Amino acid sequence: MDPLEVARWQFGITTVYHFLMVPLTIGLGIVLVAMQTAWHRTGKEQYLRMTKFWGKIFMINFIMGVATGLVQEFQFGMAWSEYSRFVGDVFGAPLAMEALIAFFLESVFIGIWVFGWGRVRPRIHLTVLWLAVAGSVVSAYFILAANAFMQHPVGIEYVDGRAQMVDFWAVMTNPTLLIHFPHTIFGALAVAGSMLLGIGWYHLWKRRKEGIDTVDDNGYVVVGTTGSKARDEVDYKGWRSSFRWGGWIAIVAFLGTAFTGHTQAQMMIQQQPLKMAAAEAACHDGTGFSVLSVASRDSDGATTCDDVVGVFEIPGLLSFLAHNDFTTPVEGVNSLIPKYQEAYGTHLPDDPRYGERAGSEIEYLPIMEVTYWGFRLMITFGGVAAAAAAFGLWIGRKGTVPHDTTLMNMAWLSILAPFAANSAGWVFTEMGRQPFTVAPNPDPTGVDQVWQFTAAAVSPGVTGQEIVFSLIALTLIYALLLVVEVVLLVRYTKGGHPAGMPELLADEHNDDEDKPSSDVLAFAY
Amino acid sequence: MEVLPTLWFILIAVLWIGYLVLDGFDLGIGMLMKVWAKNESQRRVLLNSIGPVWDGNEVWLVTAAGATFAAFPHWYASMFAGLYIPLTLALLALILRAVSIEYRGKSHSQIARNLWTWAMAGGSFVAAFTIGAMLALTTTGLPLNEYGDRVGGPFAWLNGWAILGGLAVVGISLAQGWAFLTLKTLGAPRAAGNRQLRRYLPLYFLPAASWAIMVVMRYPKVSAWAMLTIAALGLAVAWLASGRRKEGLTFTGMVVFIVFGVGAIFTALFPNVLPSTINEAYNLTVATASSSDYTLTIMAIVTAVFFPLVLAYSVWSYWVFRQRLGEQHIPESVVVTPV
Ligand code: HDD
Ligand code: HEM
Ligand code: HEM
Repeated sequence: MDPLEVARWQFGITTVYHFLMVPLTIGLGIVLVAMQTAWHRTGKEQYLRMTKFWGKIFMINFIMGVATGLVQEFQFGMAWSEYSRFVGDVFGAPLAMEALIAFFLESVFIGIWVFGWGRVRPRIHLTVLWLAVAGSVVSAYFILAANAFMQHPVGIEYVDGRAQMVDFWAVMTNPTLLIHFPHTIFGALAVAGSMLLGIGWYHLWKRRKEGIDTVDDNGYVVVGTTGSKARDEVDYKGWRSSFRWGGWIAIVAFLGTAFTGHTQAQMMIQQQPLKMAAAEAACHDGTGFSVLSVASRDSDGATTCDDVVGVFEIPGLLSFLAHNDFTTPVEGVNSLIPKYQEAYGTHLPDDPRYGERAGSEIEYLPIMEVTYWGFRLMITFGGVAAAAAAFGLWIGRKGTVPHDTTLMNMAWLSILAPFAANSAGWVFTEMGRQPFTVAPNPDPTGVDQVWQFTAAAVSPGVTGQEIVFSLIALTLIYALLLVVEVVLLVRYTKGGHPAGMPELLADEHNDDEDKPSSDVLAFAY
Repeated sequence: MEVLPTLWFILIAVLWIGYLVLDGFDLGIGMLMKVWAKNESQRRVLLNSIGPVWDGNEVWLVTAAGATFAAFPHWYASMFAGLYIPLTLALLALILRAVSIEYRGKSHSQIARNLWTWAMAGGSFVAAFTIGAMLALTTTGLPLNEYGDRVGGPFAWLNGWAILGGLAVVGISLAQGWAFLTLKTLGAPRAAGNRQLRRYLPLYFLPAASWAIMVVMRYPKVSAWAMLTIAALGLAVAWLASGRRKEGLTFTGMVVFIVFGVGAIFTALFPNVLPSTINEAYNLTVATASSSDYTLTIMAIVTAVFFPLVLAYSVWSYWVFRQRLGEQHIPESVVVTPV
C-alpha cells in the first residue's frame, strides 16, 4: 500500500469533512450575533425565538466542528512528519496561536453562552456570544495564515534544509492570506444565508399548507394563528425574518466571493501560474476564458493537454480576469511546464527520503479535470445559491411563499449548494497546488528553495497499513456521525421555534401542573 | 543552556499538567457515567456538571499539540508519527466522546441514550488510556533512527510503560472525577465521591506514582526527587483530608500531586524531549528538536499576553457555574416534535 496515496486521501477526506462544519459555524455564528443583538436592542420577541432556534442548530453543528478539528491538529505530525519538520518553524506558530487565542475564546464562551441564559445578565450574555464568535473568525484567520504559507511562502529563509521564519509580520500579512480570508468568510456567510432562506421558506410554506397563513386578493399575506404559541404571529415574524435575512446574506455573500475570487485569480497567475492554467485547461497562451472545454482521451485513458478543445470561449475574458485588460495573453500549460522544469528539476532527487519515487519524473501539471471542474463547480454552485436567494426574495416579497411543494423542496435543496461550492473551492485550491505541498514562491527577490514536493512530505516511518487503518476508521465514524447530525438537524428544523424554546409548548400543556421551581436549570444536556 | 527552548519545554509541561488536571475530571466523569450512575437523572447530573466547561478544558490538549508543533517541530513529528496507532485510537475516542456530550440529551429513544452513554464512558476510558500511554512513551522513548523516524513497525512502541502510563491517567482521571463530584454536586454523587476517595484515594494514584518514581529513578536528579517529595506530601494531605470530608483540601492535595508528580517526570526527562531506545545519540533533545530562537521569541511574547487572559476568563467561567448541581436542578428532557 502506497503510504503517500493513502495519506493524501485521508487528508483530503478529513479536511473536506471538517470544512462542512466550519463554514456553518462561522456563518451562523455571525448571524446569531446579529439576531441576539437585534433582540437586545429592540426587545422584539421574534428575535429571541430566532436566536434560540438558530442557536440549537448552531450547537448541533458546532460540536462536529470541534470533534473533527481535533483530528486536524494532530494529522500533520502523524502522516506528514517530513512536512512538519520542514515547515514547523513557521507553520506551527499560527496553529499554536490559533489554539491559544481563538479556540480557548471560542469554546469557553460558547459554554457560558449555552448554559448562561438567565444565569448572567443579558448584556453580558450578549457579550459572551460576541466573544465566542470572534473566536471562530480569528481561528479562521490563523489557520488560513498557515494555509496561505503553503500556497505562497513568505517571511522565511532557507536554513539547513528547512524553512526558518525571519519575519512573522510578513507571514501574518501574506497577500495570499489577506485575500483568502475574506473569500472564505464570504463563503461561510453564503452557507448561513442559504440555510436561513431554506429553513425560513420551509416554515412559511408549512404555515400556508396548514392554512394558518393565507393571502389576500393582491397576493399579500394574511397572517393567522392556531391559538398555540408555537404558531402565533411572532412565529410568523420569526420565519419571515430568517427567510429575508437569509436571502440578502446569500446574495451579498456571493457578490463578496466573486469580488475577492477575482482578486485571487489575479494573484494566482502571479504566484501559481500553472494552477490557474490548469483551472482553465489552457494549454496554449491566450486571452479567452473557456466556459466549457472538453478533452478527448488517449487510448490509455489519460488526458494530455493537447487533447483539450475549447467548446465555448469568451474572448478577452481570461485576460481581464488575470490582468484587468483584454489583450495581455495568459501563459498556458505548454509554456509553463518547461519553466517549472528548469527551476525545480525534471526528476525527483535521488534522495532516500523520496523512497521508491526517488529519481522519478515530476508531473507538474495538477490533475486538470479536478482543477478545471473544481473551479467551475465552486462558481456554479455559488451562483445557483445566489440565484435561488434572489428568486426567493422576489417570490416572497408579499410576505409569504407560495403553497407549492416542488418549490419548497428546491429551496431545501439549495441549502446544499454553498456547501458544495466551499468543498469544490478547497479541492481546487489544494489539488491545484500539486505536486507541491509548499508551492515555490516565484518572486525573484523572494525566497529561494523553500518548496516541498508532496512526495517528500509524507512520514517515512509510518507504514501504509497504519494509514489505511486510520483512513477506514475515520471515514466510517465520520460517515456515521454525518447521518446522526443530519437527522438531528432535520428534527430540530421541523420542531421550529419550540425546538429552541420548549417553554412555548410547555406553558400550554402544563398549565395546571406545578410550575417548575426556579432552581431548575434553564438548559441542560 | 538554551534559555528559550527550556522555557518552551516548561510551558509544554504546564499545558500537559493543565490538561491532566482539568480534562482529567471530564474524562473521569465520562467513565463514571457508566461505572457509577444508576439512573437517568444521575447520569444527567454528571453530564451537566461538566457541561459548560469541558470544551474549554479539551483545548488544553489542542494547545499542547499546537505548542509542541510550533516550539519543537521534530518532537511533534517524531512522536505523532511514531505513535500513529494509539493516537488514532485517542482521536476516535475523543470524537465519540465530544459528540456524545452534545447529542445524548438530544436523542429521543432509550436505546440511543444508552449508546451515547457507552460512547461517553468508553470514549473517555480509551482517550485517557491512550493519552497516558503516549505520555509515558514520551518519557521512556521510542525506537527512533537517526532521522527521528520510528523503526520496527506499527506496534514497536508497545511495552509495559505504555500500559503503566495508560493506567496512570485512567486512575488520575477517575480520582479527579470523584473529587469534582464532591465539589460540584449535591446528594448521591457527592456522597459517593467522598466515600470513594476516603477509601481508595491512594489506589487511584498508584500507577501514576509508580510511573513517576520509575522515571525519576531512570534519570535521577535532585530537583526531580524534590518535586516527587512534594507530590507525595500532596497525596498524603489529600488522603487525610478526604477522611475528614474536607472536599476542597482533598482536591487541592490531588492537584498538588499531579502538578509536582508530572513536573518531576518532565524534570527528569530534561533535556531530552523524546529519547530513542535504539541509540542515545538519536535522542531528541530540547536543543535539537526546537524551532529557531526567532520563532520561540514571538511565541513567548504572544503567550505572555494571551495565556493570562485565557486563565482569567476560564476562572470566570467556573465562577459563573459555581452552583452545585443535584437531581432537583435537572429539567425534564426535551422531546422535539414537528410543529
Ligand atoms: C476557515 C476556517 C477553518 C479552517 C480552514 C480549519 N478550521 Fe478548524 N475550526 C474552525 C475553523 C477552521 C472553527 C470555525 O473555528 C471551528 C469549527 C467548529 C468549531 O468548533 O471551531 C474549528 C474547530 C477546530 C478544532 C477544535 C477546537 C475546539 O476544540 O474548540 C481544531 C483542533 C481545529 N479546528 C484545527 C484545525 C486544523 C489543524 C485545520 C487545518 C488543517 C483546520 N482546523 C481547518
Ligand atoms: C478546511 C479547508 C481545507 C480543505 C477542504 C482542504 C482540502 C485538501 C485536499 C482535498 C487535499 C488533498 C490534495 C491532494 O491529495 O491532492 C489537501 C491536502 C493538504 N492540505 Fe488542505 N484543505 C483545507 C485546508 C488546509 C489547511 C488550512 C491546511 C494547512 C494549515 C492544509 C494543508 C494541507 C496539507 C498538509 C495537505 C497534504 C499534502 C497534500 O496532499 O497536498 N489544508 N487539502
Ligand atoms: C464568481 C465567483 C468566484 C470566483 C471568481 C472564485 C475564485 C476563487 C479562486 C481563484 C480560488 C483559488 C485561490 C487559490 O488557490 O489561491 C478560490 C478558492 C476558494 N473558493 Fe472561490 N470563487 C468564487 C466563488 C466562490 C463561492 C460562491 C464559494 C463558496 C460559497 C467559494 C469558496 C471558495 C473556497 C472555500 C476556496 C478555498 C479557499 C481559498 O483559497 O480562499 N468561492 N476561489
